[in-house]
Amino acid sequence: MTGGMSGLDDMNELYEAIILDHYRSPRNTVPVDSPDIDLEVNNPFCGDEFHIQLKVDDGAVAKVGITGRGCAISQASASLLAELVEGKSSNEVHAAVDSIRRLLKGEDVTEEERDVLGDIEALEGVRKFPVRIKCALLSWVGLDDALTEHLGAEGV
Amino acid sequence: MSMTEAGTRAFDVDAIRADFPILSRKINGQELVYFDNAATSQKPKQVIKALTDYYEQTNANVHRGVHTLSIEATDGYELARTKVAKFINAPRPEEAIWTRNTSESLNLVAATWADVNVGEGDNIVITAMEHHSNIVPWQQLAAKKNTELRYLAAGEDGLLDVSDVDSIIDSRTKLVAVTHMSNVLGTINPVAMLAEKVHAVGGVILVDAAQSVPHMAVDVQELDADFLCFSAHKMLGPTGIGVLYGKYDLLEAMPPFMFGGDMILEVTYEDATWNDLPYKFEAGTPNIADAIATGAAVDYLVDLGMDNVWAHEQELTAYAMEQILSLDNVRVLGPQDPALRGGVISFIHDTIHPHDLGTALDQQGIAIRTGHHCAMPLVRSFDVVAAARASFYIYNTKSEIDALINGISETEGYFSR
Ligand SMILES: Cc1ncc(COP(=O)(O)O)c(C=O)c1O
Repeated sequence: MTGGMSGLDDMNELYEAIILDHYRSPRNTVPVDSPDIDLEVNNPFCGDEFHIQLKVDDGAVAKVGITGRGCAISQASASLLAELVEGKSSNEVHAAVDSIRRLLKGEDVTEEERDVLGDIEALEGVRKFPVRIKCALLSWVGLDDALTEHLGAEGV
Repeated sequence: MSMTEAGTRAFDVDAIRADFPILSRKINGQELVYFDNAATSQKPKQVIKALTDYYEQTNANVHRGVHTLSIEATDGYELARTKVAKFINAPRPEEAIWTRNTSESLNLVAATWADVNVGEGDNIVITAMEHHSNIVPWQQLAAKKNTELRYLAAGEDGLLDVSDVDSIIDSRTKLVAVTHMSNVLGTINPVAMLAEKVHAVGGVILVDAAQSVPHMAVDVQELDADFLCFSAHKMLGPTGIGVLYGKYDLLEAMPPFMFGGDMILEVTYEDATWNDLPYKFEAGTPNIADAIATGAAVDYLVDLGMDNVWAHEQELTAYAMEQILSLDNVRVLGPQDPALRGGVISFIHDTIHPHDLGTALDQQGIAIRTGHHCAMPLVRSFDVVAAARASFYIYNTKSEIDALINGISETEGYFSR
């Protein structure tokens, strides 16, 4: 009744090799000792849940650990995030979150921004599957908010 | 066996499929396999025609005109009520109140009957396998009234654990609110037994029949249900309309739910008196067109015979359970014995998240539900955060189940590439 793999090949943009790689072997999953930021983000609609821990030093991310469970997109996205943020200032993280939001909505993203995103660009295919955009943004938005709040509280 | 159960039309799936225009749609270039019937069913052309006929031929307001159209609209609206009342074997048509959906029916009972009859020190008993719509109104009421909310547990086998029912339902139990059939596990619950227990202590039983009325012959008198709620959209009817059945004397004693036109008998500048049943609970211009189309949906099901509908779904469920359980990496939530469940099968794949599976099946034209199915506490109790769900109806076939099984295997192949 169905036409086999031909239908699934259309998902290749969603599940790029980089995405599947991060999904299968997520980066920076080691819990952080006495973290400065410790937050749970979840999307009750899909049941995705992530535990994000950060050590912040001088307004920049010194260490990150992200664990959780979710679909391939949310897990890969969390792993890509964990890879990106280490060493970044809160402003840089904020700018990256902003560009990824635009990337997923199909809005303009400059070449310089793409350079910063690197492998994260692989998430671009998600925009053809609008119901999955939330999966890709879950950990990003949570971390961005937490970082802003933390640094705000510190008065940086 | 009554006419409702036996049916007058042969149960011919090909002929049934021909009545559903949407089934000829292609999804992502593939034939549609619609397995999300527990969320909402598809609509046959007879129901769609009832809607367009109404708007093209009869449209007028009800209960307030002497002109021909208003009289015809009123007759159509009331005839549809008579049909749904008979469908569930309600003794009187006035016992069937039109609402927007199951959720509104449940909220109506919470806001009116329960507001008057449940107080401090009393308890309300629900089950661990309720839809959010049959949990949250009672949580809210319990908090407001200082009433205890008690749960009958779901066993690991997916059946309701009734071992402690005689201590959970006690002399302070005012209400048992239970789903007839679980929208996650497919479990069919022992409603008649629970009705007997709660009646023995002077309480009432409310049955969430959203998943049962569309699929099996439901008889409110046989169950001895005091209240019973369901939605038209899950039983071939339109969205935006549902039913609250209540025993006449209970409805009669209840305060109104909303206030406005149609629900009053007499209004002075100071005060008002309430109209008779069922109008006391139908404030304002009702959903006339959708009520009439719900009548057409009931006609369609009655023609097929609810026993035939149930037999068809039991056959599909048994076949699907056998096929799904034969897959290595999949487990099914709820009763493993098809005889103890309806055609709702929630399953978990060991390595593929339900959302990824849902997207991959959609690419193959197969519509399933993924997520928590509006039953978060239940899904979590199986130590998962989400599940995939396939649910069947009259137009589904074994070859569509084969397509699902094949689709799962294709997805496994895709993700292990
Ligand atoms: C068991 C059960 N109860 C209640 C509901 C709520 O129905 P509605 O959304 O039509 O109000 C549903 C529908 O998903 C259901 O399956």
